[in-house]
Amino acid sequence: MRIEIPEFALVAMIGATSSGKTTFAHKHFKDTEVLSSDFFRAMVSDDENDQTVSKDAFELLYYAADKRLNYMKTTVIDATNLQKSARQQVLDLARRQNVHSVAIVLDLPEKELTQRNKARAERGYPDRVIHSHYTSLQRSIRHLKKEGFRFVYVLKSQEEIDSAEITRTKLWNDKRELHGPFDIIGDIHGCYDELVMLLRKLGYVKNERGVYDHPFGRQAAFLGDLCDRGPKNAEVLRLVMDMVKSGSAVAVPGNHDVKLLKYLRGRNVMRTHGLDITVSQLEAAGDDFKKEAADFIDGLVSHYVLDDGKLVISHAGIKQEYISRGSMRVREFCLYGETTGESDEYGLPVRLNWAADYRGRAIIVYGHTPQSEVQSLNGTYCIDTGCVFGGSLTAFRYPERECVSVKAQKQYYEPVKPLNDVHDASEPDDMLTLVDIGGKLYLQTKLMPSINIHENNSAAALEIMSRFAADPHWLIYLPPTMSPCKTSELDDFLEHPLQAFEYYRNHGVKNVVCEKKHMGSRAVIVLCKNNDTAAKRFRVTDGSKGIIYTRTGRQFFTDNTIQDSVLDRLDTVLTKTGFWEDFKTDWVCFDTELMPWSEKAQELLEKQYAPVGRAGRDGLTAATEAIKKLCKRKNVQYELPEGTSGQNFDPNELLAEFEQKKDSMERYVDAYREYCWTVRSVDDLRIAPFHILAAEGQTFGNIPHTWHMETIKKYCAGIDDIFMATDYITVDVTSDESIESGVSWWLNLTKNGGEGMVVKPEIFTTKYNGEIIQPAVKCRGREYLRIIYGPEYLIPDNLKRLKSRSLSRKRSLALREFSLGMESLDRFVADEPLYRVHECAFGVLALESEPVDPRL
Amino acid sequence: MLMTITMKGTNTQELGYLLHKNPYRAQCFDLSFGKAYVFYTEVTDSRTTAALLLDLNPIDLARGKIGSKDGGLFDYVNDRPYVSSSFMSTAINRVFSTAMNGKCAKRQELADTALDLEATIYNLPVRGDKELVNEVFEPLGYDITIRESILDEKFTQWGNSFYIDLTLSGQLKLCDFLNHIYVLIPVFDKQKHYYMSEEEIDKLLNHGEGWLQDHPKKNTIIRRYFDMKRSYANKAIARLLEAESETDREDAEGQTEQDEISEKRIPLNTQRLEAVRNAVIQSGASSVLDIGCGECRLTSLLLREAQIRKITAADVSVSVLERAKQKLNYDRMTPYLRDKLTLIQASLLYKDKRFEGFDAACVVEVIEHIDEMRIPLFEKVLFGSAKPKTVIVTTPNKEYNDNYPTLANGDLRHKDHRFEWTRPQFKTWCEHICKDFNYTVTYMDIGEVDEACGTPTQGAIFERKDV
Repeated sequence: MRIEIPEFALVAMIGATSSGKTTFAHKHFKDTEVLSSDFFRAMVSDDENDQTVSKDAFELLYYAADKRLNYMKTTVIDATNLQKSARQQVLDLARRQNVHSVAIVLDLPEKELTQRNKARAERGYPDRVIHSHYTSLQRSIRHLKKEGFRFVYVLKSQEEIDSAEITRTKLWNDKRELHGPFDIIGDIHGCYDELVMLLRKLGYVKNERGVYDHPFGRQAAFLGDLCDRGPKNAEVLRLVMDMVKSGSAVAVPGNHDVKLLKYLRGRNVMRTHGLDITVSQLEAAGDDFKKEAADFIDGLVSHYVLDDGKLVISHAGIKQEYISRGSMRVREFCLYGETTGESDEYGLPVRLNWAADYRGRAIIVYGHTPQSEVQSLNGTYCIDTGCVFGGSLTAFRYPERECVSVKAQKQYYEPVKPLNDVHDASEPDDMLTLVDIGGKLYLQTKLMPSINIHENNSAAALEIMSRFAADPHWLIYLPPTMSPCKTSELDDFLEHPLQAFEYYRNHGVKNVVCEKKHMGSRAVIVLCKNNDTAAKRFRVTDGSKGIIYTRTGRQFFTDNTIQDSVLDRLDTVLTKTGFWEDFKTDWVCFDTELMPWSEKAQELLEKQYAPVGRAGRDGLTAATEAIKKLCKRKNVQYELPEGTSGQNFDPNELLAEFEQKKDSMERYVDAYREYCWTVRSVDDLRIAPFHILAAEGQTFGNIPHTWHMETIKKYCAGIDDIFMATDYITVDVTSDESIESGVSWWLNLTKNGGEGMVVKPEIFTTKYNGEIIQPAVKCRGREYLRIIYGPEYLIPDNLKRLKSRSLSRKRSLALREFSLGMESLDRFVADEPLYRVHECAFGVLALESEPVDPRL
Repeated sequence: MLMTITMKGTNTQELGYLLHKNPYRAQCFDLSFGKAYVFYTEVTDSRTTAALLLDLNPIDLARGKIGSKDGGLFDYVNDRPYVSSSFMSTAINRVFSTAMNGKCAKRQELADTALDLEATIYNLPVRGDKELVNEVFEPLGYDITIRESILDEKFTQWGNSFYIDLTLSGQLKLCDFLNHIYVLIPVFDKQKHYYMSEEEIDKLLNHGEGWLQDHPKKNTIIRRYFDMKRSYANKAIARLLEAESETDREDAEGQTEQDEISEKRIPLNTQRLEAVRNAVIQSGASSVLDIGCGECRLTSLLLREAQIRKITAADVSVSVLERAKQKLNYDRMTPYLRDKLTLIQASLLYKDKRFEGFDAACVVEVIEHIDEMRIPLFEKVLFGSAKPKTVIVTTPNKEYNDNYPTLANGDLRHKDHRFEWTRPQFKTWCEHICKDFNYTVTYMDIGEVDEACGTPTQGAIFERKDV
């Protein structure tokens, strides 16, 4: 016997004890697909025959089955399933999970069962048990279909059982093998003329058989509601049926089509909502046409999963957990959507916003609810633009994700609610949920396959995001941490360029770019040409047109007027230099350094840096004065015989030591002062963009840094003093001469307290042996490091100790954060939903909460 | 870093005997945290000055001593090597311990005599009001000279540093002089470089013997001495007061730091919590969401109400929740109470299924901690998505700030407050909530009424219309 079951199904084995269910199940299904009651009895009690634990065993079994079905894994319930109540549990689960249920019944003669039972020495049952099983089964068999099993197969003998073959058939909605490209067309409602215009606009032509098809093999996909309300319903049906039949189109049904089907099948339906128009046109078209239309609609499947699962079409949309599944509930959802049971002021049902919760990777294109324009949310697109109500007929081109529309020639039908109704224009609800970022996270990025975020790190990030961060819509990128180079082998230096060059040489890089490191604070700038772009592209609707934020996502300036002024001035510069035109964009994101440091680090300066300088200078002055007085005294003995209590010391040596400390302290104060100046107005700020992170349709991670430097110089610098270019040189790390020049460039840069430089491989996203390498390594100046390691760090004993430091943790973090940063930009540029972008930014923040030496 | 002690009068070289340090030598002592140098800068008949100079290694402070596995407690960029801190107190105790005990085998009568002494403590950190220096030393009989310094002469706008060079002079016994300095340095600095155990209480009372008991600033001295360890401070105060301990302890708990704002005083907070509790009870709620629960003071009030069957207390900070657990004695709660209570980390800016299905939500002194531009999102999460039947919101009334002298120039009551609303601002917001989310509102005034400015806390009780 051939047993056909859907590729995804919940299968119940039904049969008396000793009928061979387990053997059968394991012969035809994977071991992991079979959940056996014996196995779960043993799991809870160590004894697979212990009937007293059945309740717990079944609880566990159904729990496991439920989890498997979540992942769309076919599951076999291997139990006797002889009682109606037991089977009901199977059916309930199938219904809840929207999976087809299959009953496979092993119905052997009672005599054979009894014989087999006797042969089972250990777990033989009394004959009356076999008898009772047998009779229960006989009572059950004919009710199985009625109980609700979608497919029932009964095997009546051992021969039948042995010869049975199981084939798994594809689900009806599974059209993964169709790759399009598709032109998905929304609700037509009898608007034949607009449909033809749209098809022609999309490049479809009538072939010799009078059917539209596309010369390049594109396929149309109709989202249903072909008929009702509009002027030419029969013509639309004719056209669509022909295209589907010929293979140049696929179609899913709409609620209007299904209602028409009911009428055509002779059921009594109300001829409202424009059905009356369709009916009169179809009656005129004749019975053959009516039958063909009815069969056509009857054959339509609720939704289709296309292009390897990357695209789903359905009339009224589909919840994530319904995709690929088949049940009445799924079908109903695809036809009607889901409503709250409440009505709005027009008496129309209030729809539940399933798209707000959608977190799947497949694009969902649907219609059903007329809108004035295409609505997109979390990777779903509603393309019913209300043609019949005088709007337009829209096609969604996939994979291009472009919309093509034709205007309705007139309003054919009066809408209950105006298309451009203000109440309907509520902003799309892309609210982030805790589920998106709570707990342990596994983030996948193009640069690094899998990045794990631990629970306690995401908990910390949740707090920071919630308390301090700006609107997540703006946070399309958080910068990664950066590792310093290894410590120098030279006596006088803690960090030196040689180690930075060496790192890249050892990782297969020939040319590096050395950029002057500005001593300021990291600032990411997002700027839109106008607040309209901000609303459309970033979904920020508070009227702002950009933002400047810190490396932890906090708004840089607490005073909005300063921020706005900086953004306006940047806009002016970019407009003057033609940036917007040349980059064909109306927004841009820059990575920058904002100076002075004191602007952001005021508290640090006033609470730590300046006090140490004050106390240090005063304290060391007082100390040296005191020692000098001691030195001047004539009669002090500091060379005493041994055994006298206390160690004696040489005042002159001590004086020299403290003079050196005092000198270090003066240099330290000079160092921090270098980075402080008073900001009285925006004019006193300096902003050095050093990376163009993204603009519409493009990221720039694989373009050489030299391009970034020159492009920023060209478009940002020289017009408004607050925006400046960054000095840089390129170094060939395989050439001694070039290295030499790099070192002297750095020495020159740092001798007066300059922070140092950042060394980057020519291309940001460089891989070595298949793995991403450090995108940047910093090399900080000798004087500057005083404010990191303390005024006295260069005193030889101190320096020697500081040279042992471990970078591995810092470097690993830098790579993970860099990968996430690049990923979030890619996702944003690809127009992915907020939650997909946010999880990356969130991940960076979470990683930043890992403890790592802050001085690195 | 440096302290000098000068004896004036005649035969002042005798200071060497009292300190047990030979004026004609320059000595160095190894201490656990660095070196102490003792030498004399001036030795004449009429004036002798001893100097105690500390040399701390900043790398040791940051990394721990060579060979030790534990990291240090301090940053590399650190004032400790250059100031007079608890390191100095410890050094005094080590190097001058005999003198501190008032013992001097060779010149005991001199040790028992009040002498003309002067000390200069360089770079003494004084946190808070510098007036405290006078208030503390004057009652002990000193003449005081304070030299202040500007934080950075190149940036005068940063103001003065919190270090002073303090010169004390007076007629005292040397041992008293040293004990005063020993105890009082950390009182001004409010920091200690070592972990304080309870033995520290004995140490304080021992070195404070004879002068601390009757000092008018006794409580301030003790509290600042123990800074973070308030419980030690209470015990120390109790031991000085003996019988009155119980009541005074309560007092000390409730007393707030001078520089804190009286809004934080328990009475207002208690009034607020009572008001919210009453509102919850009156609403008839049996399940409550306490959002921004902090240390769960409201939650623990509500837990005691029979009417409340279920409480979820949510806060965005894990560390705050940990503290809440301790305060609630969560691990030892009865199963009955534990079943009632759920503690979760959650954010008001992320939609959260766990917020759904509550009769009432309390948002007590929370919204002012959210950036004003993100308030609309909070509204959507709470009123739009979680939709409790009753929502109780309290927030400071900015108008009332006129009554706080420390908030003269428009400052907010707490560093983390992002805004504070006047009554009309709050009312406008409440009306917007009612209109956009289908609620009705009644208002609460919490705290003492000021005719012109209203009450310190304003509150609103929202009721969902469709219930």
